[in-house]
Amino acid sequence: MAKEDATRLAQAIVEVKERTVLCSVCFNIGIAERCAICADDRRDGSILCVVEDPRDIVAVERTREFKGRYHVLGGALSPIEGVGPEQLRVRELLGRLEPEGVTEVILCTNPNLEGEATAMYLARLLKPLGVRTTRIASGLPVGGDLEYADELTLGRALEGRREVDA
Amino acid sequence: MALYRDEGVVLRTMRLGEADRIITLATPEHGKVRAVAKGVRKTKSRIGARLEPLSHVTMLCWNGRELDVVTQVEVLSSFRPLREELDRMVPAMTMLEIVDQVAVERHPMPELFMMLVGALKTLATSSSPLVLAGFCWRLLTIEGVAPIVECCARCGGPDPLVAFDGSEGGFLCRSCRRGQAVSPETVELVRRIVGGDLGGVLSEGPHGVDDDVEHLAVSAVERHLDRRLRTTRHLLDAAPSASPSG
Ligand SMILES: [Zn+2]
Ligand SMILES: [Zn+2]
Repeated sequence: MAKEDATRLAQAIVEVKERTVLCSVCFNIGIAERCAICADDRRDGSILCVVEDPRDIVAVERTREFKGRYHVLGGALSPIEGVGPEQLRVRELLGRLEPEGVTEVILCTNPNLEGEATAMYLARLLKPLGVRTTRIASGLPVGGDLEYADELTLGRALEGRREVDA
Repeated sequence: MALYRDEGVVLRTMRLGEADRIITLATPEHGKVRAVAKGVRKTKSRIGARLEPLSHVTMLCWNGRELDVVTQVEVLSSFRPLREELDRMVPAMTMLEIVDQVAVERHPMPELFMMLVGALKTLATSSSPLVLAGFCWRLLTIEGVAPIVECCARCGGPDPLVAFDGSEGGFLCRSCRRGQAVSPETVELVRRIVGGDLGGVLSEGPHGVDDDVEHLAVSAVERHLDRRLRTTRHLLDAAPSASPSG
């Protein structure tokens, strides 16, 4: 890389960093008060995908399978580390349901103990409100070898088995 | 550096750099162990899923100066039922938090370890709040501060015992009463659990005072540790009462 290119790149990075703000609706990272996803009226506002971190939005967006909107919690419940519901954007999530006409919440937290605890905790809050509450399935990575799968993942994948169309 | 093998229950994990984790485990022979698991955050690492909090494993570790290094892990139980229901996960996480508080690095604790594994196994078959209560009372006994439940902890007087006070170390009679008021049913249930009949108590189904007994046991442990437990405060207390407006 030429020296001026490197300087330009460094400047661009600084600029992006300076212009980055958290979306006031979903807490995604963006460059405006509303992120690109919240500002896009082609997205289905009745389905919210709840994630721990803005990076998880990038991962879900790459699938091109999801047309709804997001909500970033800012972490996962970890009482042993002092992270309780008050440290996460739980209240903000509940506050979005009625005004935005949300009918389904997909709990897309990480498949570890903290992520599962967060999902179950949110499900307990959401279900009485009459909102359809779903959890992403956990399964085996495509392209992986079965013999290298860990016991927990394989056990869950077995439980979540489906009829094969023939 | 020496290689050692031990059983362990994963208490907590912490990110380290890009791909590694520091795992904190309770072990029977080495007490609390803090060990580095390398490369576990890559999806292809089987060790990563095996070293999730709650998992009961056998492992092979290098003994390091600051931190040990995990080289091999086999799962004895991942306690799946505890991961899939909040009413089992919260007491399980509470037990991990308590053990994390009392365990000491490189101090063997076979009794405490066996009790932890036993309590997690029981929790997998029963979601009764009395499992955590039983764990807490047993823990106090192991710690050398068994609760005094047969007579008044202050004057030694007989029934009726009407209160529980942690600083006195047990139940109190009418004239000595202070602390938390308790019902005769609670006294009876705590006596049976402390006496070793948790199995019998669990086989009977709910008693109506099960939540009281759990609260009493958890606060007795909190008093012993001299700190509030975060798991119960955050999750047990918050979940049922939370509302969209609050
Ligand atoms: Zn947004
Ligand atoms: Zn007395």
